[in-house]
Parts: sequence; C-alpha cells; structure tokens
Amino acid sequence: MSAVMTVGPAVSSVVSAFNVDSLTHNFWALTIDGLTYGSIYALVAVGYTLVYGVLRLINFAHSEIFMLGMFGQYATLMLLGFTPRGDVYTEGTLLTIVYLGIAMLGGMAVSGGAAVGLERVAYRPLRKRGAPSLVFLITAIGASFILQEFVHFVLPKLTNQKLGGVNAQQPIRLVEPTVQFTFLGADVTNVEIVIVVAAILLAVATERFITLTKFGRGIRAVAQDPVTATLMGVSRERVIMLTFLIGGLLAGAAALLYTLRVPSGIIYSGGFILGIKAFSAAVLGGIGNLRGALLGGLLLGVMELYGQALFGTEWRDVVAFVLLILVLMFRPTGILGESLGRARA
Amino acid sequence: MRRSTPQLAGTALVLAVGLVLTGCSSKDDSGDTTSPTGGSSSAAASGDLSIQPLVQIDNKGAEVPAADSSNAADPAGDGSAKCDPTTIAMAGALTGANAALGINILNGAKLAVDAHNAANKDCQVTIKQFDTEGDPQKATQVAPQIAGDKSIIGLLGPAFSGETKAVGPVFQQAGLLSLTASATNPDLTKNGWTNFFRGLANDAVQGPSVAAYMVNTLNFKKVCVVQDDSDYGVGLAEQITAGLGTSVADSKCAAKVKTGDKDFSATVQIVKGESPDAVFYAGYYAEGAPFASQLKEGGVTAAFVSADGTNDPEFVKQAGSAAKDAYLSCPCGPAPEKFAADYQAKFSVASGVYSVEAYDLATIMLKGIDSGVKDRAGMVDFVKNYDGDGLARHYKWDANGELASALIWIYQVK
Repeated sequence: MSAVMTVGPAVSSVVSAFNVDSLTHNFWALTIDGLTYGSIYALVAVGYTLVYGVLRLINFAHSEIFMLGMFGQYATLMLLGFTPRGDVYTEGTLLTIVYLGIAMLGGMAVSGGAAVGLERVAYRPLRKRGAPSLVFLITAIGASFILQEFVHFVLPKLTNQKLGGVNAQQPIRLVEPTVQFTFLGADVTNVEIVIVVAAILLAVATERFITLTKFGRGIRAVAQDPVTATLMGVSRERVIMLTFLIGGLLAGAAALLYTLRVPSGIIYSGGFILGIKAFSAAVLGGIGNLRGALLGGLLLGVMELYGQALFGTEWRDVVAFVLLILVLMFRPTGILGESLGRARA
Repeated sequence: MRRSTPQLAGTALVLAVGLVLTGCSSKDDSGDTTSPTGGSSSAAASGDLSIQPLVQIDNKGAEVPAADSSNAADPAGDGSAKCDPTTIAMAGALTGANAALGINILNGAKLAVDAHNAANKDCQVTIKQFDTEGDPQKATQVAPQIAGDKSIIGLLGPAFSGETKAVGPVFQQAGLLSLTASATNPDLTKNGWTNFFRGLANDAVQGPSVAAYMVNTLNFKKVCVVQDDSDYGVGLAEQITAGLGTSVADSKCAAKVKTGDKDFSATVQIVKGESPDAVFYAGYYAEGAPFASQLKEGGVTAAFVSADGTNDPEFVKQAGSAAKDAYLSCPCGPAPEKFAADYQAKFSVASGVYSVEAYDLATIMLKGIDSGVKDRAGMVDFVKNYDGDGLARHYKWDANGELASALIWIYQVK
C-alpha cells in the first residue's frame, strides 16, 4: 500500500519534469546545433571506426589525437602571427578562409603525425609480438593518459608556457558567429554552416577514397580478411599506417571545426568526453562502418540536444548513452551494421 | 611490398614539411601586409578588460562602505618574536582545471609568511603545500598526510567546498585548525567541527545579498539560474534562486551543467528562448568562461552575473569580449594597492581572488605562533578567540566558525 503511495507522485513528478514545451519551442535551433556537434562527432568517429575495422582495436587514445589537433591548429595560428586576445580578428572573408585553411592543415598535420607515431610506438611492437587484444586496449588507455599529461605538464615547459598547462588556452578567435539566415525561426550562423559543410565534404571525400582508390581497396581488403589480403599482395602494415593517418587527419580537421564553435575548449582534458561521444557515435552507427560513423555522429549530436531540452541539461551524457544502449539492444551491430570489410561501400 | 611502408612514411614527412613551410611563408607574407599583427595592436582596447571592484553590499543588497585597512594586522609584527621552527600547511587545487584559485591562496599566504620570516629572524615559519586538485577524491588521499604530519600546527584550507566536506572529519579528529580562505558552502559549519573556521562570508550570505542586489539595484525582472554539479554550484544556485523568488528566477530556463563541459548549446538555446534580463551562473570559471562566450555568440544579450567561482582573471582571458560588463560577486575583498604591488613584484602575476584572505588568515596563524602557540590545540584556541582587523575585513568568529560580520563585494568586468 505504502509502495503504491510513493510510486504515484514519483511517476507524476517524472512526467511533469519532461519539458516538452522547451523541446517544441526550440526544436529547429536545437536541431541545427545538434547537427553542428554531430558533424564533429562524426569526423572523430571515423577514426575509431576505421581502426576498428582494420585492427579490431578500439583506439581509446584517439580522443587525445583530437586534443593534439586542437593544439596543432592553435600553434599554427600563433606561428601565423596571431596572438590570443579577447576580441575576434577581422581579416576579411577571403583571408580568414585562408588562415583557417592553414590552421586546419596544421591541426591535421599534428593529429595525423601523432596518430601514425602512436601506431608505431605503442601498437606496432605489440602486434609484432602477437599480443592479445586486451593488451592493446590497455595500451590505448595508457597512451591516452600519457598524451594528456604530456600536454598538461611537459608541453608548457617546452613552449615557454605558451601551450598546454592547467588552464584552457586563451582563445584566438578568427570568426565571429553571425546569423546568416533564419530557418523556421532558428538562427543559422556562418560558423555552423562552415562546420557542417566542411565535415560533410571531408566525410564524403574519405568515403570516396576508401571506395575508389587502390589504397582504399587495400584497407577494405585487410578489414575483410587480413590473411588473404596479405596473400594478394596488400601490405598489412602499410594499410594500418594509412588507416591511422586518415583517422588522425580527420580528427585534426574536426579539432579546428570544434574550436571555431568552442574557442576556449583547448585544454589537455578537452578531448576526453568528446572522444567517448564520438566512439559511441561509431558504435551507434555500426563500428567499422564509415557511413555508420557519419549517421551515428549526426544522430547522437541531435538526440543529445533534444534530450537536454526534454529532460534537463544535466542529463546530456545519460541521453547519449541510453540511446546507445537502446539501439544496441535491438541492433547489436549498430544501425547500419559492421560493414567496412563486407560491404561494397 | 614491405618496402612501401617507408615510402609512405616519406610521403607523409614531405607533406608535413610542406605544410610547415606553407605556414612559415604565409606568416612572412602577413608580416609584410601586417594584417594579423596590425589587427592585434589596434584592438588592444578591449583586451584590457579586467575585474574591477564596484560596491560592497550587505545581505539586503544595500551598499556598505569599504573597511579601513590601515589597522590591518601586519605579519612582520615588531620583529622580536621567538619560536622554534614551525610549520603550517596549505591545501587546495594547485594543479587541475581550477588551479588558479589554489595558487592565489598559496601565494597570498607565502607573502605573509615571507614578510614574517624576514622580520623575525628568531622565529622561522615554513609553509608546506598540498595539492588536492580541488577534487574531493584526491583530497581524501592527501588529508591523512597532512593530519599525520605532526610538525604541522595549522592548516590554511582546504580551498573548495566539496573537498572540505569530504576531509573535514579527518582534520577534526586530528585536532588540526582548518582555516579556509575560500570554501563558501553554508553547510560546512553545521557539522559540529570545532576546528573549522571560515575567513569570509558563506554562500548563505552571498546568495541572498547578490539576489537582493540583482532585484533591488539592477532591477532584473527575469533571471535564468544555471548551476554546475559541484557542491559549491548547487548550494549557491539554491540560495540565489530562493533569494530571487519564483517570480524572478525563471524555472523554465534553470539549467544544470557539468564540471568539465565546454559546450553549452542546449542551455544557450533554452536561455535564449526565455529572453531573460540576466543569467546567473553558479560554478567555476573553467565552465563559466566558455558559457559566457557561447551565450553572447548565441545572441543572448542578458547580463551575465556570477559569483566567486568565476571571479578570476582567467575568466576574462578566456571569455574575452563576452566577459565585458559581467557582474561577479565575491565574499573576497579587493586587494589594497600596496598588497597588489608587493604580490605582483614577488610572483610576477596580479593577485587574484582569495589572495588577500589567504594573506590575512596566514597572518592570524603567524600572530598565534609569535604569541607562543606551539601545538594544534593552542592554534585552534588562538583563532577561536581572535578579534582583529585584516586587510580585507575584521576577523572575529562565532561559535560555529562563521565570521561575526560577513559582507559581499560586487565586481564588474570593465
């Protein structure tokens, strides 16, 4: 009897806690924000998915590759003569695009280099010795901590306190988010357009690369059947390195896009949560599946924002992971399945 | 096929070098046209934003004239103190995301200890530092070390409310004075700890005072209260919401964020949908700064109001022009000119939040040592009966360890 009494109000208070108003009122604004973050998740998710497809390894250090990319593009901007300050730089549209392009390449170079370096230093020796997959996983987690603490403690000493350390970098802002047009009552800013368009272009380019080129065919061959691929003359080591490189490059690009949106997010711990979300996005879409990563990223980004409006902003991570669990319950291989090796795509 | 691996590595290397070269040459180009560098110097105006003291208020939000700091206790004393070498400790975040606050405290205390030691050759005091990273879990590992070190007779800290709550019993059991310069959660003095004293007003004072100031002086009609998940943020938000009342604190946009978050898009959209007069953020600057800039970028024009957790130069640095005109309250007093100059000279950085409090509280402990206190019990007793001026305010505690008269300062970013 008393149990019933207590359950009644609890249920009604939970229902009244659903803020449907807030969701419907801000629906399109939330959708656009969600797609923006989702595209960033998607780019990072590709790194997880490719490596998993080829090596069956969850590279937990990928979030730190992303974080290094943020520092890479920041350092590139500093090399270009920009100094951190409170105001947005106004360089004119064309120059800004050029600078952002260079910064993106800088971020990609650092992330790509770090990813390949990580593979050589941390994973290749283990592979040569035929270590069990659990060891790879632990190494990945260890590498993640090492990279974080490197930026936390060592990088400031190497760069005369200009980079790294306990606080987030003072932002260098190149673009002021300004509203370009209004879509069903929701403002769409230049930054959001740039992020979504750039992310989709990069995702499509990667997909084409994997589908159409010789290197891509090699990646798919190794993902499908490493032994046969080797017999057919595909170098497994080369494919692995290429896989890490592509993942790293995309993480670097994502890093620049992310800092456009969150300029003060450049901190040693800044990749961790985002990395876990991106990994979830990869699993959500079907890990090992490129299109799955894209779909999973966008879906996760959007659902996370809807969930926050509906249940309250503190439930953000819960929404993301409940969604993941729900999908995996009904489709254990993710929405599109694990298909990097199998599918023609 | 094995040989192709170095080939690819070579290609990658060439690519990387190429990128670096492109980067360098562009820098030279821009140097010629002076676009980025020229831009940075021309816009120095708003780069000069800083946190300026505005007014001292009581719990009704009414102005109270600043205290006269000319009678403040001087750590140097008369230079004739005699004591055996003595140790005090400082515990707080010295590394981690909110380290700036801990470092402010440590430096303020060091300033007092060094002034004391320089003047009193026969009484040398050491200050031992303990890093808790501001994290209650880390603090529970550090606290037994402090309690177990018998040479330590007084502790300045812990710095944050969460860690203080977690480790308070350890110090209580050890009979060690725990004198905090910054933990403002009201419940801390309700634990029956006889060794805990707070050197500033708590959130139960800060919350209502700031809320009253927002309603009565700033005339805000609708405020969104956003809190983080720390003990500090939750406690403060509760006080502010109660102080504003249900008609002003809009429950539709009362949002919760998490420590470590950097992206607040959902919160920004929800706040924007309600178009409030002000957003009150209860939390620390590591999240407050990106939140403030995302509010501005999201087109929210409401005033940004926050409290001591964000009242730090790092907030202005990271939020940039979005920090302009933000109101930041603090139980901490502004640094007197001489103190600020000494601090700047010694540590090459400007003094920050709680530096003055740390200096005052360290001075009180030093006074105790000078007057012959030799053990932990003596130190607790000395502080319990202390009654004197400091740089920031008058220090005298009630039976629970709260200041007898507690006031709040409002600062503004200008």
